[in-house]
Amino acid sequence: MAIAETQVYLPQAPRPRLRLLEDERWLAFVLLVPTLVLLGMFIAYPFVRGILLSVSSARVGVPGDFVGLANFYKIFNDGIFRTSAYNTFVYTGVTTVFKLALGLWLAMLLNRNFRGKAFTRAFILLPFIIPTVLSTFAWKWMFDPTFSVLNWLLYHLGLITSRINWLGDPDLAMISIIIVNIWRGVPFFAISLLAGLQTISPELNEAAAIDGAKPWQRFWHVTWPLLLPVTMVVVLFSVIQTFADFQIVYVMTGGGPANATHLFATYAYQIGIGTGILSEGAAIALAMFPILFLVVIIQLLYIRRVEVR
Amino acid sequence: MIEGAIWRKWVFFYVPMALFLLFLLFPFYWMVITSVRPDGELYRPWNSINYNPFWTWKPTLDHVRYLFEETLFASWLWNTTFIALASTAISLVCGVFAGYALSRLNFPFAGSLGTGIFITYLVPQTLLFIPLAEIIRNYRLGDTPWSLILTYPTFLIPFCTWLMMGYFKAVPKELEECARIDGASRWQAMLYIVIPVAIPGILSAGIFAFTLSWNEFIYALVFLSSPEQKTVPVGVTSELIRGDVFFWGPLMAGALLGSIPVAIAYSLFVEHYVAGLTGSVKG
Repeated sequence: MAIAETQVYLPQAPRPRLRLLEDERWLAFVLLVPTLVLLGMFIAYPFVRGILLSVSSARVGVPGDFVGLANFYKIFNDGIFRTSAYNTFVYTGVTTVFKLALGLWLAMLLNRNFRGKAFTRAFILLPFIIPTVLSTFAWKWMFDPTFSVLNWLLYHLGLITSRINWLGDPDLAMISIIIVNIWRGVPFFAISLLAGLQTISPELNEAAAIDGAKPWQRFWHVTWPLLLPVTMVVVLFSVIQTFADFQIVYVMTGGGPANATHLFATYAYQIGIGTGILSEGAAIALAMFPILFLVVIIQLLYIRRVEVR
Repeated sequence: MIEGAIWRKWVFFYVPMALFLLFLLFPFYWMVITSVRPDGELYRPWNSINYNPFWTWKPTLDHVRYLFEETLFASWLWNTTFIALASTAISLVCGVFAGYALSRLNFPFAGSLGTGIFITYLVPQTLLFIPLAEIIRNYRLGDTPWSLILTYPTFLIPFCTWLMMGYFKAVPKELEECARIDGASRWQAMLYIVIPVAIPGILSAGIFAFTLSWNEFIYALVFLSSPEQKTVPVGVTSELIRGDVFFWGPLMAGALLGSIPVAIAYSLFVEHYVAGLTGSVKG
C-alpha cells in the first residue's frame, strides 16, 4: 500500500513556488504582471504626466509652474492650431470616405475567383506593409516641383501646359497628402472587408438573384447589412489612426507651406519638440483626446452589442 | 460569378483591377527605377525633350554604394532589426501570457482588465510622445535602443493579447482538463498543451508585431538623437537630407533597401499576416 501511494504522489509533489500557481487567481496575476507593468509605465503614467505638463509652463530643461488652463486658452486662440484642427477633420473625413469606397470595391473584385488571386492579394497589401515614411518619400519624389513624374504624365497626356507645384500650394498640398493616405489605407480596408465578405454565404446572394434582385439591390439589401459589423470596426480603427496621423504630413510637407497643412500631431511635434515648449505641445496632443475617446466609446459599445447578439 | 459578354468582364473586372494595381504598386516601381538611375538622368526637368522617365539604359549602383560607404545605413539596418526583434519577443511573451489569463482563467476584474487592455490598443503614439520623451530622459534611456524596445510593446502587447485571446478561446477546455487529470500542473498544461495548439496565432501576432515595429516612426524620431543609434526610417529622413537638398538617388535606394527585410518577412508569412490583420479587427 505504502509503495503504491508514493508511486502516485511522488512524481507530482510540486515545489512550493509552483503550488501557488495552481490557484487560478495567482496564476492570472503572475501572467498579467509583465503586461501591466509595461503598460502602466509607458501608457498610464505618461498620460498622467501629459495632463500635468499641459497645465504647466514646462520647457525643455525648465520644470515650470502650474498655470491652470492657460496653455489651452492660448492654443484655442492660435490661428495655426485652428487650421490644424480643421485640417485634421477634413483629412480624416475625406480619406475615410475614399478608403471605404475604394477598399470595398477592391474587396468585391478580390472576392471573385480568378487566376493568381493569392499573388494579387499579397501584392495589394504592400503599401500597408512597407514602412510609411519610406513609401511616403517615393510619393514626395513623385510630387517634386521640378522633376515630378506626375507632371510629366499629365503634360504628355495634354492635360496641362505648365507645371503644377503640388506641395507649394496649400490646397494642392492638402490634396497630395490625402492621396497618399488613401493609397496607404485602401489595402487595409480591402483585405479586412474581403475577410468579411468571405464569411457571407454565396447562397444568400443566389437566393436573392432567383427572386429577381438586380446586382445593385443584392449588394444593398444582402451584402452590405451582413458586412456592416466588420465595416464599422474597420472604419473606427482607421478613423483613430488617421486622426492621430503624423508620418505622411511630416515627410510630405512638414506642415507647410506656411503651416497650412499641419495636423494635431505634426503641430504638437513642432511646438513641443521643435521649439521645446513641452507644455504647449502636450496640450495640443491632448486636444485630440476628446475625439479619440468618443470614437473608442462608440467602438466599445458597438463590439459589446455585437457580442450580446 | 461573372456571366454574359466578354466585354462585361473587361469593364467590370480586368480594367478596374489593373487600375487598382497600377495605383497601389506604381510608387514601388518608381522607388526601384530611381535608385538605379544615374544622377545625370535623375535631375532632368520634367518637360525636357526625349526624356523617358520610366526606364533607364544606364543602371548604376552608385546610390547604394553611397548609402553604405558615406552614411551609417548598415548600422540603421542592424538597429532596426535588433529593436524590432527584441520588442516583438517581449510583446509575444507578455501577449501570450496575458491572452491566456484573460481568456481561460477566472479571476476578479477579468472583464474590466480586458477592456482596459483593449483601450490601450487604441491609444495612438502621437497622443503621448511628449510626456514619454520626458520620462525616457528621466529614466536615462534616451538615445539607446532600450528606449524603443521598452516602449514599442505598449502598442504591440495589446494587439498580441487581443489576437491570442481569440486563438485561446478556440482551444477546447477538455484538452487542458485531460492534461490536469494526467498530473500536469496548471502551468505545465498551459505551457505544453494550450500554447502549442495556438502556435499559428503566435506566428500571426509575431509577424504583425515585427512589421509594426519596423514601421514605427515618431518614438524613434523623438527618443534617438545620435546618427549611429537611429533606425532606418529616422536615419533616411534626417541624414539623407541636408537642409533643403534632397539626395533622391540614395533616398530611394535607402527606402528600397529599408523595405526589403520587412517585405521578405511578410512574403514568408503572408497567410499568417493576413490572419493577424483580419483577426485584429474582428476581435
